[in-house]
Amino acid sequence: MTDVSPLASSTPAPALGWDWKRLAIPLVLFAGLAVMPLIFPGDRYTLSLITRAMIFGIAALSLDLILGYGALISFGHAAFMGLGGYAAAILMFHGTGEALVAFPVAIATGALFALVTGAISLKTRGVYFIMITLAFAQMAFFTATSLSAYGGDDGLRMAQRNVVAGARLLQNDTNFYFVVLGLLIACYLLLRTIVGSRFGRILKGAKENERRMRALGFDPFRYRLTAYVIAGGICALSGALFANLGLFVAPAYMTWPRSGELIAMVVLGGTGTLHGAIIGAIGIIIVEEWLAEITQHWKAIFGPLVVLVAIFARGGIIRLIDRGTGR
Amino acid sequence: MSSTLLIIQTLNGLQLGVLLFLIAAGLTLVFGVMDFINLAHGVQYMLGAYLAAMFVAWTGNFFIGLVLALISALAFGLLLEVLVMRHLYDRDHLEQVLATFGVILFLNEGVKIVWGAAPLQVPVPDMLSGAVAIADGVLYPIWRLAIILSGLAVALGLYLVVTKTRVGMLIRAGATNAPMVSALGVDIRRLFMIVFGFGAMLAGFAGCMAAPVLSVEPGMGDNLLILAFVVIVIGGIGSIRGAFIGALIVGLTDTLLRSFSVDLLRMTGLSPSDARTIGPAIASMSIYILMAAVLFFRPTGLFPAKG
Repeated sequence: MTDVSPLASSTPAPALGWDWKRLAIPLVLFAGLAVMPLIFPGDRYTLSLITRAMIFGIAALSLDLILGYGALISFGHAAFMGLGGYAAAILMFHGTGEALVAFPVAIATGALFALVTGAISLKTRGVYFIMITLAFAQMAFFTATSLSAYGGDDGLRMAQRNVVAGARLLQNDTNFYFVVLGLLIACYLLLRTIVGSRFGRILKGAKENERRMRALGFDPFRYRLTAYVIAGGICALSGALFANLGLFVAPAYMTWPRSGELIAMVVLGGTGTLHGAIIGAIGIIIVEEWLAEITQHWKAIFGPLVVLVAIFARGGIIRLIDRGTGR
Repeated sequence: MSSTLLIIQTLNGLQLGVLLFLIAAGLTLVFGVMDFINLAHGVQYMLGAYLAAMFVAWTGNFFIGLVLALISALAFGLLLEVLVMRHLYDRDHLEQVLATFGVILFLNEGVKIVWGAAPLQVPVPDMLSGAVAIADGVLYPIWRLAIILSGLAVALGLYLVVTKTRVGMLIRAGATNAPMVSALGVDIRRLFMIVFGFGAMLAGFAGCMAAPVLSVEPGMGDNLLILAFVVIVIGGIGSIRGAFIGALIVGLTDTLLRSFSVDLLRMTGLSPSDARTIGPAIASMSIYILMAAVLFFRPTGLFPAKG
């Protein structure tokens, strides 16, 4: 990796950009996900579970961009998922089932919401930022509950999955699985490129030392807002996929416990690593599913697990893997 | 929009306001003194309500039940501090948010295991049941007045403790500059433990008082926690005065707009059906819009404790 940016000299290389050693984990991860349909052929339950995990992986990835690289604790990230889902479902409700329309509209909806709310939220720092993102998510939630034309509290059904260029490609669960996997990888590569770029370094630099960034002539606000908009758009895409998976979207998708869950995924995997967010998402979805099979009171077990993760898992699963492989 | 309804809804707004203050006071002190974000504060309110339901049913007397519930809420708060919170003082907000989120999941489910998922009812104590005429032909439940008065009494007591006593002085100093207080030889962790336990008890007290009015059910603290956060963000973190004023603003805004938003919109010339659609949405969003507006102009709230 050759660095021409003067900023790079002050930061160690491994965390930034294309580092092939570090790509070993994501490569194994994506390869593993790619062979799942071969290991569990026709097992609709397992496929749909992993599809759900991958969709949350996309959402967690987008949160990791602002959380891990910008130190912006968004407690309203679930709102973007809900918005993306509603965008897809409402379009279908009005007869537009085309994914090539619905998905970009979903992304644009999330990005626009992020632009407006981010412009206000990013004026604040720390706990105020946490609270104001939460407040905006609550607004989105209450707006959704009041949309009586689109189901209100009860949510909105989708008649079928989105069609792609008119073809019923996503109707088949295995196809849908691979489309989600493809989008997960695409989002990962996009975000990897972004955080490795000059833009990503400025974002990280502003997290570590805002004053120095200002002194260097960068306005952190603009970079943070851009990152926030990108994260909002990607998260909304995951929402559109989630609506396609369950053929349903509801205000409950935007509640703050869901945002908390997304934070838990990023922290469990390891903040600021991207692939860690995916691993965290898969881990938490599978643990939730597994606990829910054992007892209906699975949250009473899951809650303490989250507490233990917060207290002990500094650096998350990725740090554990790194330690295990002697790095 | 009749004046009778306006009086009643204003009182209801005050009642929500004092409940919010009881919750926000503990929350804001915990945050102010220790820079600690305790999302689990709302479930401590819920727990107070459940404890009240249990002890009132056991003893058959509301006031004995109330005292027992308060003692248990205090003990539980201290236990939580020892088990979870104290491991997270020096850590990021991120880890505090996550850990206390885990506590919420556990307790919301825990009360379902212990008391069942069905809502519980707590009877209003006999001597405070019934209604009283507060104006010509306007009847108001005595219990709701009791909530308002007890909340105001606690607010006054808290004000005196915080401004007139040595512990209060340390709390104020801690909220302004905790490291400095610590450097002066004060055991800030013990001070915090007191504040945390006391905050848990205040939240529990709010739960006890609300129990006869609301149904006691899992998750009842979640929405109130969010409201309490709105309160302290509007009021300014770490400030008791800010929490009090913020709580009254939020309680009144929320309650009054929920009752009158449709009428108000119709007065602006909107068609009745449009007003009925938009009104409730605006009412539920109003306090969040208010909070965003306050933060936009005053990013640290109306009365920030930290200079």
